[in-house]
Amino acid sequence: MQKEDLTDVLRKHPFVGDLEKQYLQLLVGCAKNVHFQEGEYLCHEGEAADSFFLIRTGRVAVEIHAGHKGKRRIQTVGPGEVLGWSWLISPYRWHFDGCAVAEVRALTLDGKCLRTKCDKDHDFGYEMLKRLSHVFQSRMEATRLQLLDVYGTR
Amino acid sequence: MNQTAVGEVEKLVDPMLPQLMSIRKTVWETDDTFTIQLEKADHYDAEFTFLPGQFNMLYVFGMGESALSISSDPLKPGTLAHTIHRVGTVTTALSQMKRGDVIGVRGPYGTNWPIEKANGLDVCIVAGGIGLAPLRPALYSLFRRRRDYGRILLLYGARSPLDLLYRVELEQWSKLYDVEVLVTVDRSDSTWKGYIGVVPSLFMYIKLDARATIAMVCGPEVMMQYTIAEILRRGIPPEQIYLSMERNMNCAVGFCGHCQYGPKFICKDGPVFGYPHISHLFEKKEI
Repeated sequence: MQKEDLTDVLRKHPFVGDLEKQYLQLLVGCAKNVHFQEGEYLCHEGEAADSFFLIRTGRVAVEIHAGHKGKRRIQTVGPGEVLGWSWLISPYRWHFDGCAVAEVRALTLDGKCLRTKCDKDHDFGYEMLKRLSHVFQSRMEATRLQLLDVYGTR
Repeated sequence: MNQTAVGEVEKLVDPMLPQLMSIRKTVWETDDTFTIQLEKADHYDAEFTFLPGQFNMLYVFGMGESALSISSDPLKPGTLAHTIHRVGTVTTALSQMKRGDVIGVRGPYGTNWPIEKANGLDVCIVAGGIGLAPLRPALYSLFRRRRDYGRILLLYGARSPLDLLYRVELEQWSKLYDVEVLVTVDRSDSTWKGYIGVVPSLFMYIKLDARATIAMVCGPEVMMQYTIAEILRRGIPPEQIYLSMERNMNCAVGFCGHCQYGPKFICKDGPVFGYPHISHLFEKKEI
């Protein structure tokens, strides 16, 4: 896909769509389109988190291994959302598995490439961090609510 | 005392007198939630009528009473039903009753979902857990006059796929009545292909015409709190948001004060409230 096309795709994604043009250009240099069939894994726990995903279509299940209880799906990430922030936080390792539960189209952004650009241009880095902080906050709120087990009496 | 006054006196007395009804059928929805269908067991001739969102007091003789939402179609005579979460003495006793067993029923009580006000609007129904039960009569009412409403969205969350109520109906509603149904669960194994996460997160996947949408919300209070924050963030005006509240009830007619919620009584001022009427109370931990 041409860079012009990637810019259009990025513009349509809520996470980065309203970024200033020069920042979008920085992102385009680190982005590529990816596609996963149902059942394919986008990432595995413990592996190097050298990228993250902006989901365009489909749904990814976040899985954790719960010892003898086996795999547990604790969240799904869908269109317009972001999968992964470990690319930003040392030691840059995935903390969960990500499995496509429906055919997924996404943009993947090279974490190392983006970190370098964030280090060089702190305004850009701050902008990315602000956006990711919003993701952190909403995930934390959702996790708190899940922990409350509001529907359960057991 | 004039005729009206006499009528009022009668109303004050009659609401405490249960009608006798018998269990027609019990359907287990999940491993701890069941629906009982009731039929008349006494000599009252009048058909039992109610509005969507109202509740009854069900009396298990020798055990006690419990306030329970009606979950059946208000426009389908003779099908009165309650979907009940087995959590205490009375609900456990109800779960063990057999066809033909008789209980006392007082009601219907309380306010109703604003079905008429939804005319011409999109309707966004948000339910969590057993909260889908009091919203089911509202859905049935909307389906009766489907063309009078715009989009109908149902966002529904439960603990796990096994805890989902009305699983067959959820699919039927989507196909037969053009309802956009989004279901999410808090956790699951890999057999579940749907959404996993809390109910408010489902708003990420829908687009709303906020000014032309009315929202009806029922579920655990903390879930409603986060849901309403999300609804307001989407731009739906507070006066177009309705929610159903729950408190322990005793008399159900506003005498005893068990269900007092600030200056309101859930039993007679609610359970369905317009959000502006209780927004100042909603996040107060003391109430």
